[in-house]
Amino acid sequence: MHRIKVRVVEDVLDANNTIARANRQDFDRAGVRVVNLMSAPGAGKTALLERALADTGDVRVGVLEGDVEGSLDADRLTSLHIPVVQLNTANGFGGECHLDANMVRSSLAAIPLEEIDLLVIENVGNLVCPAEFRVGEDARAMVCSVAEGDDKPLKYPLMFRACELAVINKIDLLDHVDADLDKLLANLQTVHPGIEHLLTSARTGEGVDGFRDWLVSRVRSPATA
Amino acid sequence: MHELSIAQAIIDVATRHAEGRRVLRVEVQVGHLRQVVPDSLQFAFALVVQGTALDGAELAITHVPAAGRCRECGAERVMESFPLSCGACGSFDVEVLAGEELLVEALELEEDLLEKSRVSST
Repeated sequence: MHRIKVRVVEDVLDANNTIARANRQDFDRAGVRVVNLMSAPGAGKTALLERALADTGDVRVGVLEGDVEGSLDADRLTSLHIPVVQLNTANGFGGECHLDANMVRSSLAAIPLEEIDLLVIENVGNLVCPAEFRVGEDARAMVCSVAEGDDKPLKYPLMFRACELAVINKIDLLDHVDADLDKLLANLQTVHPGIEHLLTSARTGEGVDGFRDWLVSRVRSPATA
Repeated sequence: MHELSIAQAIIDVATRHAEGRRVLRVEVQVGHLRQVVPDSLQFAFALVVQGTALDGAELAITHVPAAGRCRECGAERVMESFPLSCGACGSFDVEVLAGEELLVEALELEEDLLEKSRVSST
């Protein structure tokens, strides 16, 4: 036996990125734009989608629901009468805390791509791992609720830097929590200068129109790299 | 907590390049901005290699500091910590030049020379 050294120089996430590109090609071929929606658990992703996707005009939307276990979120969206596909990471993916390109690929056959213009992929609630794994999306957006505190951009910069939109949700709770909205927005700009943000309350509906407009405008904007 | 996923991805890359040979050492470059905790990655790696061709392999982590170019004053500096800012003028508008690496750089493999010569002579 002897020891040899082999130079590799390969991105650890290369395999994931390759599959993400394949997903992206399939989405492009079907003319579907894709948004990867991320947040900590309980920030309000599903509640926002329930409100925002209720009326998207002539833009046809589908949702891929990522969760570790169960179909609670997908069930909540059924009243919208849009295609919703549940992806559980507990089934064959080791209960992963995020979606990766291969998991999304495994769900492609279940998504009626020909019948939609926009696919929202609701990632597993987690502010860390989902930021590392591209899934073939055109845009990445995240939800951060004021209940999480105004310091979150500073504590999870990878996620806040990865997204082009930050939806600041639960603003109806501002009077009841210690978070300072100005400080939260300043921290956001510090970590990701120029990032777009929206203020929403999925509960009262305030600002949700802006989120809907942002989603719908993905369909009309030219494809990004 | 993403260290476990990263450890698995490192093992996938190494396994592919090892082509069945035993892996003794994996050298990786981890950029500062990836927010990987080296001890956690070592711990996760030691767990996930069990029962694979990398069982017992050493993981050598090279930390790559974050560096950036300021879009306002043009200075190029190493950036020590978040929030990322220019060390010269204090601006937060910096283009990241280094620190986002997550690379498998090299592998050390165990190779059976006898086996190899037998294969090549047949």
